[in-house]
Amino acid sequence: MHILVVEDDPTVRSFVAKGLKEAGHLVEMTDNGKDGLFMAVSEKFDLIILDRMLPGGIDGVRLLETIRAQNNTTPVLLLSALADVDDRVQGLKAGGDDYVTKPFAFSELLARVEALGRRGRTESAPQTKLEVADLEIDLLSRTVRRAGQKIDLQPREFRLLEYLARHAGQVVTRTMLLEGVWDYHFDPQTNVIDVHVSRLRQKVDKPFGAPLIHTIRNAGYMLRAE
Amino acid sequence: MTVPPVFCTAAPPRRSRWRAWRSASLRFSLAYGTMFALSSILFMSFMWWGTIGFLERQVETAINADARGLAERWVMGGLPTLALTIEDRLEQNLDDDAIYLVIDPQGNYLTGNVSAWPGRVEHTDRWYNLPDTRAGLRGMAQLHAYNLPGTAQTHTEGQLDSGYRLLVGRDVRARGILRHLLTDSLLWAWVMVTLLAISGAVLVHRIFRRMVKTVARTTSAIAHGDLSRRMPLVGNGDEMDQVAEAINEMLDRIVRLMDGVRQVSNAIAHDLRTPIARARTQLEDAALHASTPDELRGAIERAVGDLDNVTAVFEALLRIAQIEAGARRSAFMTFDLVPVLRDVADLYEAVAEERGIALALDLPARLFFYGDRSLVQQAVANMLDNAIKFSPPGGKVYLRAHLRESAPGRLAGPTGEGMLDLSVSDEGIGMSEADMARATERFFRAEKARNTPGSGLGLSMVRAIVQLHGGQMHLSSHAPGLTVSLALPVAASALAEAEAEMSSSAHISGMTQTSPLPHQHDTNSSVE
Repeated sequence: MHILVVEDDPTVRSFVAKGLKEAGHLVEMTDNGKDGLFMAVSEKFDLIILDRMLPGGIDGVRLLETIRAQNNTTPVLLLSALADVDDRVQGLKAGGDDYVTKPFAFSELLARVEALGRRGRTESAPQTKLEVADLEIDLLSRTVRRAGQKIDLQPREFRLLEYLARHAGQVVTRTMLLEGVWDYHFDPQTNVIDVHVSRLRQKVDKPFGAPLIHTIRNAGYMLRAE
Repeated sequence: MTVPPVFCTAAPPRRSRWRAWRSASLRFSLAYGTMFALSSILFMSFMWWGTIGFLERQVETAINADARGLAERWVMGGLPTLALTIEDRLEQNLDDDAIYLVIDPQGNYLTGNVSAWPGRVEHTDRWYNLPDTRAGLRGMAQLHAYNLPGTAQTHTEGQLDSGYRLLVGRDVRARGILRHLLTDSLLWAWVMVTLLAISGAVLVHRIFRRMVKTVARTTSAIAHGDLSRRMPLVGNGDEMDQVAEAINEMLDRIVRLMDGVRQVSNAIAHDLRTPIARARTQLEDAALHASTPDELRGAIERAVGDLDNVTAVFEALLRIAQIEAGARRSAFMTFDLVPVLRDVADLYEAVAEERGIALALDLPARLFFYGDRSLVQQAVANMLDNAIKFSPPGGKVYLRAHLRESAPGRLAGPTGEGMLDLSVSDEGIGMSEADMARATERFFRAEKARNTPGSGLGLSMVRAIVQLHGGQMHLSSHAPGLTVSLALPVAASALAEAEAEMSSSAHISGMTQTSPLPHQHDTNSSVE
């Protein structure tokens, strides 16, 4: 992906850029809002990672509003130390697609970046069926089959599997699952997500030998064919 | 008030006089005094006019009656009868204040106790007030002249006017004295009333100033950092006390918030320093002693984990402080609490099951609530998290919620507001009384809970959320175990919605029961 990083802190900027390059993305960087805006409108990016508080007279939210006003639909991930619910709402209302607060784990950022990049490409056709290897998820009848065999899932388990399947091949973090499946925006103290995923594994992976749900160390989970 | 321009800029006495004029209490008391003095003047004037007027009218009535009687005598028996009557009357007049005089058409004295007709009395249709001297005493006489009608003796031609004239009067010296007396006493009374008004004004001014001064003194002491100062209470519950109570309540809240801030900074100093120190030690140790890349990586990862923990604690602290400051009321809305509770229970049910703990729900069909959905989620999540954490395998955790009912079919509480009871009970290690009292302090962890993971912020967060919603949190023993119960007020709008919902659902399904009694609606005793 062609990614623009607008971030004034040099440590964070080079860390993010390095990580993204390692993950195989093409990264361009700038440290102020003015240059960021110029680059965002003059070049075609697949994704913009945007800090909210920027020097140069144009802060992140202004930049975002400006490019949205020009019908630029490039996915934007806001990266900010402002973690208040109100700040998040403000950022998302201005046209942001996702919001990551500092300090952040790079794995979390990367997972969200890839989720956003994928969404941009597949948004055109509404899907009725998700397929990963021999796993089939019918979104209309809400049934799951693996190797032709029907798997009975609780509604919440179905949504969990659906979320993983929609992001198949990508790392999905626990926070993303909490937000995407439970719509919770706080950190539960116990790692409840792990328990739910392990229960899902019992049903989806255990009877079939080959695992589809993989644990990605220090990051989260991924649904993929081995 | 005119101030010479020369003194306007820098003359302290003038300035202080200005300040005195600008004092609200002085203006108030002056207005009070002036009003009092003016109204008493008005009142006393009425009294004066009333009394004096009455006396005057009484004299006039007496003179008229006298004259009418004498005229009748004159008509009946002519001058001799009249003279006799006048003599009679003079003899019977104990007060010695009657004045009579009869003269013939030529102006000659005929009878009476006055020797000559006063020259100024010319008309018979008005009252005269003339000075008179009788028996050596100077006095004042009120007089009226009458024309005596014609009679057979004086005139034979049926003429109406005989030409004889009658003067009837009263000595009104006594009335004058009375008037003086009345005027004097009323004036004195007015002086007294005015003095009372002035002293009343001074008193009001004093009270007013004292009231303002206590407020000002307390608040300025607070402003200068003495947070322990409070307004004195008289204890009789009057307006002064109400103001004092309101101010004291406000100060208590400020102190609580300040304490919160202090606790947070203490917590940052102590509880955050520990994991930071640990992370630092690990990194330094790795830098000095790690010999393989794997060792190095492991040390770094552990340090990152510690720092993540620091971040989480930090965020929880900030969130608690933010919630306690009451900044998050903007997200309040009415919603059905039951699906929210089921959701949280669903999230934790998996964890509970893994540990062999049963999660039992006791919820009504619907429970409308006005508040912040995600905060309530978080509060319940924290409570369940604690309960599951401290329950032994095979134990049971209960999540209960229902509206408190005051009267059958009505959901209003004693204060006119609905109360919602929400509780989570476990069968775990429980808490001692002393620990319960301290449980909501930030970072407080009971001795028995030291070796379980956690930051000691869970219940602080719950309490902050409950307080934001105007409710109360209560810990009690569940023998064995602990019950955390929340009493949350349900806004009137949510109550109305709940009742509307109840009546409509009763219509639809033909239910006879109109109120969701919590134990009869035990539709789903455990999430499976």
